[in-house]
Amino acid sequence: MQELFDNIPEGPLADKWTKFKADAKLVNPSNRRNIDVIVVGTGLAGGAAAASLGEMGFNVKSFCFQDSPRRAHSIAAQGGINAAKNYQNDGDSTYRLFYDTVKGGDYRSREANVYRLAEVSTNIIDQCVAQGVPFAREYGGLLDNRSFGGVQVQRTFYAKGQTGQQLLIGAYQALSRQIHKGTVTMYNRHEMMEVVKIDGKARGIIARNLITGEVERHAAHAVVIASGGYGNVYFLSTNAMGSNVTASWKSYKSGAHFANSCFVQIHPTCIPVTGDHQSKLTLMSESLRNDGRIWVPKKKEDAQAIANGTKTALDIAEDDRDYYLERRYPAFGNLVPRDVASRASKERCDAGYGVNKTGQAVFLDFSAAINRLGKDAVEARYGNLFQMYEKITAENPYVMPMKIYPAIHYTMGGVWVDYNLQTAVPGLFAAGEANFSDHGANRLGASALMQGLADGYFVLPYTISNYLADDITTGEISTDHSAFEQSEKNVKERLDFFMNNNGSKTVDHFHKRLGKVMWEKCGMSRSRKGLEEALAEIKAIREEFWKEVKVPGVQNSLNQELEKAGRVADFIELGELMCHDALSREESCGGHFREEHQTPEGEALRNDKDYSYVSAWKYKGENQTPELVKEHLKFENIELKQRSYK
Amino acid sequence: MSNSAGLFSSSLGRKYLMALTGLFLCSFLLIHLLGNVALFTDPVQFNEYTRFMSSNPIIRVMEIILVLGFLTHIVDAVMLSKANKAAQPVKYAMDRKQSSWYSRNMGLTGSIILAFLILHLQSFWYGYKFGDVAMTLDSSGAEIKDMFTMVVSAFSELWYSAIYVAAMLLLGTHLNHGFQSAFQSVGLRHKKYTPTIKKLGTAFAVAMTLGFISFPIYFYITQL
Amino acid sequence: MNLTLKVWRQKGAQDKGRIVEYKMSAISPDMSFLEMMDVLNDKLILKGDEPVAFDHDCREGICGSCSMYINGEPHGPENLITTCQLHMRSFKDGDTIYIEPWRAAAFPVVKDLVVDRSAFDAIIQVGGYVSVNTSGNTQDANAIPIPKVDADKAFDAATCIGCGACVATCKNSSAMLFTSAKISHLAHLPQGKVEAQQRALNMVEKMDELGFGNCTNTGDCEVQCPKGISLDNIALMNREFLSASLKAEK
Ligand SMILES: Cc1cc2nc3c(=O)[nH]c(=O)nc-3n(C[C@H](O)[C@H](O)[C@H](O)COP(=O)(O)OP(=O)(O)OC[C@H]3O[C@@H](n4cnc5c(N)ncnc54)[C@H](O)[C@@H]3O)c2cc1C
Ligand code: HEM
Ligand code: HEM
Ligand code: SF4
Ligand code: F3S
Ligand code: FES
Repeated sequence: MQELFDNIPEGPLADKWTKFKADAKLVNPSNRRNIDVIVVGTGLAGGAAAASLGEMGFNVKSFCFQDSPRRAHSIAAQGGINAAKNYQNDGDSTYRLFYDTVKGGDYRSREANVYRLAEVSTNIIDQCVAQGVPFAREYGGLLDNRSFGGVQVQRTFYAKGQTGQQLLIGAYQALSRQIHKGTVTMYNRHEMMEVVKIDGKARGIIARNLITGEVERHAAHAVVIASGGYGNVYFLSTNAMGSNVTASWKSYKSGAHFANSCFVQIHPTCIPVTGDHQSKLTLMSESLRNDGRIWVPKKKEDAQAIANGTKTALDIAEDDRDYYLERRYPAFGNLVPRDVASRASKERCDAGYGVNKTGQAVFLDFSAAINRLGKDAVEARYGNLFQMYEKITAENPYVMPMKIYPAIHYTMGGVWVDYNLQTAVPGLFAAGEANFSDHGANRLGASALMQGLADGYFVLPYTISNYLADDITTGEISTDHSAFEQSEKNVKERLDFFMNNNGSKTVDHFHKRLGKVMWEKCGMSRSRKGLEEALAEIKAIREEFWKEVKVPGVQNSLNQELEKAGRVADFIELGELMCHDALSREESCGGHFREEHQTPEGEALRNDKDYSYVSAWKYKGENQTPELVKEHLKFENIELKQRSYK
Repeated sequence: MSNSAGLFSSSLGRKYLMALTGLFLCSFLLIHLLGNVALFTDPVQFNEYTRFMSSNPIIRVMEIILVLGFLTHIVDAVMLSKANKAAQPVKYAMDRKQSSWYSRNMGLTGSIILAFLILHLQSFWYGYKFGDVAMTLDSSGAEIKDMFTMVVSAFSELWYSAIYVAAMLLLGTHLNHGFQSAFQSVGLRHKKYTPTIKKLGTAFAVAMTLGFISFPIYFYITQL
Repeated sequence: MNLTLKVWRQKGAQDKGRIVEYKMSAISPDMSFLEMMDVLNDKLILKGDEPVAFDHDCREGICGSCSMYINGEPHGPENLITTCQLHMRSFKDGDTIYIEPWRAAAFPVVKDLVVDRSAFDAIIQVGGYVSVNTSGNTQDANAIPIPKVDADKAFDAATCIGCGACVATCKNSSAMLFTSAKISHLAHLPQGKVEAQQRALNMVEKMDELGFGNCTNTGDCEVQCPKGISLDNIALMNREFLSASLKAEK
């Protein structure tokens, strides 16, 4: 059954977006101020969308759960943002960026979307510079670029190790300008709890004011979900503590499909776990792989000696070091894509070569770079990252190689959207990491920031206008409608349940258990057996959660445990969906590695014949297995190849 | 607030005012100290200097400016301090500031200087103008108020000299922070020059303190 | 490690609030400070008490959410880090640790250690931006070369995370460091110069209106700022505002 329409415009790839823009319906400026749009999320995607829609004159309501829109998790992105500017004159082009992204995504993304992304990438840089984003520059005053994993050109723009921060501040400033003008109303410390649908269309949300606990109704002609990724389903990830799936999950439950949920990205260079107390993991930017070399000892005895402290990395002779990425992938070396690098670390550590107490760490060594470039040059490039590393681990990376290990970092899957970024529910849009659109089964470094801003600044303003053009006569949406009443009732019931369920275990207790199951059985490598076990285990966690969860305090006040409870409840359900998704995909591709499907050398084995589709799951009701809907991917411009980075 | 008339009602405007009056007062201090040096050199010269100071029309105008300078500095200081108190109504149970004590207590040191000033003016300025001052002769043989003796005898009192010494020490801390702070307040900060300004401020503060302290100490000891 | 915590507890904006003492045991020096707080909260929840509310999100020193006044210093004893980057190895076994919220009239306490910092957003909203629409049809990013020194200075100022530690530590609760960082970020770039003066006027006016104090140049903010934002920025703001006020025609 095929019921999903991708709504890709006709015509040659390179003309599709131009054609769309030319044909799109517009809303007359005087009508715009009578049209309300809700944007959930103030990250790059949401912040940019709210600012742009506000500028156009729509009446925007913007939501975030933090105390300020500037704190959305986009702030944490370190490495950089891609754009096909070809300033370095190394042969880059829109087509090459498009090609690299599709290939990097292991051929599981939609050509037309990715092409559009590559096309608008250059506008992003122009726009950001105009806004005052202080990208790194060369002495001549022009913009500098660095290279990133998985590609052979230098197209990554950056601002030291704080690119996400600078881009988000840019979007936040644009948003602030609109708030000042009165076109955007900001709702800080509000959590979106439900999508409200009237006559099949998204017409508002229910949100909880996190300070007063009040459950509020907000109506609009269209709703945008830009609530970020769901990496926290693993409990430990590089995401912020508050990152959650709730907004996306409620969209799913209201009829939007959830696509490719098992495609998650595991970042190879994170600081390893030190103990049970660990609450989150910290990423060390991928840019480090430009100059750092990854290795483990060749001899197991050495690895063990390092792990129990009798030797250090410095005691291992050059000849006894296994630079396994350089060995296995001579062409890309340390710069292979993330999924490949992560699995290679896991392979070495599983084989017993891990270099810390838990056996789950490898070295990232800068001594060669320091010898070649000098300490100062290395410091200029990575100073703040080195400092961050030292603060956390109390080890000096200029002397002692860093210890790193892969960690959950990004989620390619998300709410299914068509070319217009509209979900299966009319009027409900999804942008940024929350949607599934552009990265297929694996995202290349520095392309999430690009996607977030592209969606927010340059895509949604056109596609939402196009949608809203039919709504100019609708008039104000009333929050008295029975649909609001019903949704609000659902939300309140759930809140009441948590407040009154006098269980014996904390929310975190369940979250940690869920995370462990997900990491072990639906993480870096998956098998049918493991996934089936995981499904059973998650079901047990879910049942126990609803019996035993304990939420202290009161509903009508700031109550952080109550917030967490709602989020974890959704994560548990998402975990089950991810396992279903991973089970159904009998191939290995990108971040999804099924042990049953690998080459004799242990590389991922894709199955294009049977699986080049998007798995969009449709919610069928409480305790029902969701239905798999396939969107078949058509590759008209790129020839499908086995990815090779050798 | 986007006009220059309202400039001084803004937080930054008040800082400019503080800085300008502060630096102006610094220049007064310097002149005052130099004038007082005559106390050490020649009683007659000192008496003539005081007469000149209290009769010359230009100096009279300067005096009014000086009073205005003090008043502005003080009123501004009071307003600033009040606003700043209001900005942090609740104190920390545990507070460890990294800044210097004197930088945080400009209001306190300023108030003590003010108290000193009242005492000082009451004994010398008011005393000179309206009090009973013994007469002596100037260099041309005419009658002149004997300010020299008045000052010198005032310092024969231990408590009086002690108050002076204490007040001068506090003035020193006030200046040590105030001098360089005034430059920062008007935006004059530079990687290369600011360290010099700071050193200059400290030197100025030390010079003023030692300079002024020398009078009460010298005259007290010599009159023991 | 065993520790004694003295934590500010306050039920809501109306409550008076008080310091409550908690004994902690078996704290690992590898824990981050917030992980130690997690342990405390776990204990409280299981005892049926309300956990200590505190703001936090990224836990890697970049979002600016975390905001604790620890033993008399914002973000605790180490410099150039946020609370979430502080680790327990910075304390000794047997230490007593005071944990209080930011104190400033412009940052009212919401609950326990959570304060309302929306005043910062309000300052940005009146001018902390370049007034350019997000059409993407601006000129090419490389059309205006910007000297690297200027770009670097703009960047340094722009790394402010809006945490409010500067206000918290300032004896006058002055927001000058924060405000000047934004003014300075944009004033160093040609794109931001056009509106630089109006921006300075508007942002300073807003800052005053919101009840932040004046700067008396004590310099605590610079020392405590987790991002090392320099007093150079305050001086620049003072210059910008002065010349803007003098030039303003009304
Ligand atoms: C440590 C780290 C480093 C990274 N580095 C890079 C990099 O170098 N280059 C790159 O391209 N990408 C990078 N990424 C990925 C990239 O940063 C993210 O994918 C991207 O920023 C996501 O942006 P977003 O706007 O979709 O969501 P986010 O920025 O996560 O914003 C989510 C928003 O939604 C709001 N929200 C969420 N749920 C709710 C709810 N229920 N109710 C109300 N509001 C809600 C939040 O308040 C927030 O405002 C990195 C990611 C991490 C974690
Ligand atoms: C001869 C006497 C005085 C001199 C030379 C003097 C000098 C200065 C200087 C140079 C400053 C620094 C201005 C700035 O930072 O911008 C200053 C600040 C200050 N002065 Fe004075 N002052 C004197 C008397 C007083 C008195 C009598 C008071 C108070 C009653 C006072 C209160 C203050 C206060 C509160 C400040 C702090 C303002 C700030 O640092 O911004 N001062 N003074
Ligand atoms: C110990 C050192 C000091 C001595 C011996 C001294 C002496 C005098 C004398 C003799 C006069 C009256 C005659 C005159 O006008 O010159 C005077 C006036 C005055 N002094 Fe001082 N003084 C001392 C320190 C100070 C300090 C530290 C201040 C400022 C804080 C100060 C402020 C003034 C003022 C404002 C007047 C009145 C000025 C005028 O009428 O012109 N003096 N002082
Ligand atoms: S200036 Fe520093 S202390 Fe102040 S808000 Fe910014 S980062 Fe925090
Ligand atoms: S601490 Fe306060 S006094 Fe000024 S220098 Fe910083 S704002
Ligand atoms: S939690 Fe984000 S800076 Fe500390």
